[in-house]
Amino acid sequence: MIKKFIYLEWKAFIRSASFGANLAMKILLGFLMIYFSLIFIGAGVGAFYLLKEMNLEPLVTINKFLIYYFLFDLVIRLLMQAIPVLNIKPLLVLPFKKPTIVHFSLGKTALSFFNWVHALFFVPFSIVLIVEGYDIIGIIMWFLAVFSLIYINNFLNIILSNIDKLFVVFVAIAIGFGAAQYYKLFDITVLTTPFFQGLYAQKGLFLIPVLVLAGLYQFTFKYFKNNLFLDAGLSKKEDIATTENLVWLNQFGTLGTFLKNDIKLIKRNKRSKTTIVMSVVFLFYGLIFFGNMSQPPAMQIFAGIFVSGGFLFVFGQFVPSWDSSYYQLMMTQNIPYRGYITSKWWLIVIATFISTILASFYLFYGWEVYLTIVVGAIYNIGVNSHLVLLGGAFTKTPIDLSQAGGAFGDKKAFNASAMLLSLPKIFLPLLLYWLGLHFADKTVALALVAGAGVLGFIFKEKVFSLIEKRYKMEKYSTISAYKQKN
Amino acid sequence: MIQVNQLSKKYNGTTVLNINNLEIPKGQSFGLVGNNGAGKTTFFSLLLDLIQPSTGHITSNNIQVNENENWKSFTGSFLDESFLIGYLTPEEYFYFIGDLRHQNKADIDALLAQHEEFFNGEILNNKKYLRDLSKGNQKKVGIIATLIGNPEVVILDEPFANLDPTTVSRLKKIIKDLAENPDVTVLVSSHDLQHTVEVCDRIVALNKGEIVKDIQTSKETLQELESFFAV
Repeated sequence: MIKKFIYLEWKAFIRSASFGANLAMKILLGFLMIYFSLIFIGAGVGAFYLLKEMNLEPLVTINKFLIYYFLFDLVIRLLMQAIPVLNIKPLLVLPFKKPTIVHFSLGKTALSFFNWVHALFFVPFSIVLIVEGYDIIGIIMWFLAVFSLIYINNFLNIILSNIDKLFVVFVAIAIGFGAAQYYKLFDITVLTTPFFQGLYAQKGLFLIPVLVLAGLYQFTFKYFKNNLFLDAGLSKKEDIATTENLVWLNQFGTLGTFLKNDIKLIKRNKRSKTTIVMSVVFLFYGLIFFGNMSQPPAMQIFAGIFVSGGFLFVFGQFVPSWDSSYYQLMMTQNIPYRGYITSKWWLIVIATFISTILASFYLFYGWEVYLTIVVGAIYNIGVNSHLVLLGGAFTKTPIDLSQAGGAFGDKKAFNASAMLLSLPKIFLPLLLYWLGLHFADKTVALALVAGAGVLGFIFKEKVFSLIEKRYKMEKYSTISAYKQKN
Repeated sequence: MIQVNQLSKKYNGTTVLNINNLEIPKGQSFGLVGNNGAGKTTFFSLLLDLIQPSTGHITSNNIQVNENENWKSFTGSFLDESFLIGYLTPEEYFYFIGDLRHQNKADIDALLAQHEEFFNGEILNNKKYLRDLSKGNQKKVGIIATLIGNPEVVILDEPFANLDPTTVSRLKKIIKDLAENPDVTVLVSSHDLQHTVEVCDRIVALNKGEIVKDIQTSKETLQELESFFAV
């Protein structure tokens, strides 16, 4: 029975839309996977010695932060990890026993990226601990407990995923604890560290998370099995629709028509809503760089680009895939490509503008820092907005709007040519800035990057013609790629 | 109105459509019948420039569709649900298409009022997004949307499928009304011989991509077609 399921999964995996692409892309993808895996493994090995050098007891320090680690893991899962219920439907009427179907679906989530990625850190870290003379039995028990907690998150996510906006609660909890700790009001880690440490030191304590996990699995299993009906657990949630006319956009003509549609697209679909959340997250990206003196100065422009470019990177990257489910309609309507692209461009520009204004809290770090962000925004509007739209012509991954995951959940969203196009988005301004710093001073460096942005803006019409031509050339292959859904 | 020349479409060496010559005069209501895989949807996709022909071309109102995009302004089409925007309400969808076809809100409201009976109270003001409507109701929306902006060419792929009997007869009336207008060319494809015979002046049967019958509708047409498709 299980063999049949594995057969189906294997087929689904090797036949997914972009996996079947050319060999060069597969190789590049392979390299990327190895690269990121190595970074994680490196962190796992390095963490021990780094902490030791800072005169901290490695295991205790890690245990101290585990509570935040798990909280953020849960938030990220709620945001991104998709629940595989949809492909259960065709199995219901076939001679499979319901428990088998449920066990398999739950088992499948266990193999998700969101679970094994943690192993890349915890396995090497645990091995280093053993090598460095920690008690083998203790470490193994600690490891088992930590992984049970990771899987507890996995199943919590499945149960909680039906409740909208829950991640906000967990973000609030995490920030609340963090702030309380920072201002020394209340330190949650004082309570949790002994527990996590106990997993190592006290024999048998590790059984608690393991047993909780087993119980949770039983609960999830029952919950799923009882809801394995088309009108219960497998039903699609229907939203109550309201017609919005957004009349104020009418004054912009065709552009307004598209903008209206894009606003509704973002508001009413799970996947596109997460892009807004991500844009806000990007806004705080600069905090890592500006408060931190140990970073090379050239990296500041890096942060400048990212702070205002969140929306550009997470939304713009997937133009025109956002419209993939009705692309055929767009291609038969009386729509000039230029109008379509221009509306997306404006959307990106407006979002960049708003991000730049919201980022004004960086003035706290001094006007120079904010100037860097403004320069980054100019570059984003002048150059990156064009690059992102050009990249869109090559992004032929259909987007299932109703699913929240995708961006990291499955490999389908990775696209090598789009990836290559994102290099100049970041490294070109970095290079310009570095050259400016190297041969002159900061003012010249900023002027160089801003100049590139202004130059891109001046040649906007020319670049748009080029992009339009590209879109037209790719039209047929895009249509056929969008036709194959998951 | 529509002129087909030496048109063929091949996939990996297999010919799925091969039409040497076909002319559809203005104002005709044209029915395309055939079994699954006969090439009906392929033909419509070529006519709408959604796929590229392997050889030959189609002109619509003297515009070669794969060279020039001006045919879009006078062509209304609905092939399948991928022509609908799932996250819009039906009203928003109609207004969106209306905006693209330079119709104002009042024009659209008038058109919708005219087809209220066809909607059977299940489409408008229902607080549902298009993605949550049933297949049949989605089809109703798609069909009426093709009529926005008084197109000269209306293309409907399998319009009768998934519709309830009452709606089918209402749809036939809509298509007949369209067919009576000498400025509107209607192209309809279907598996259902009887429906097609009822609404079309001319019927072309496709088999494995080739035209095997081309008849002006008369009393005997249905019988002739039925005997052709019977095994």
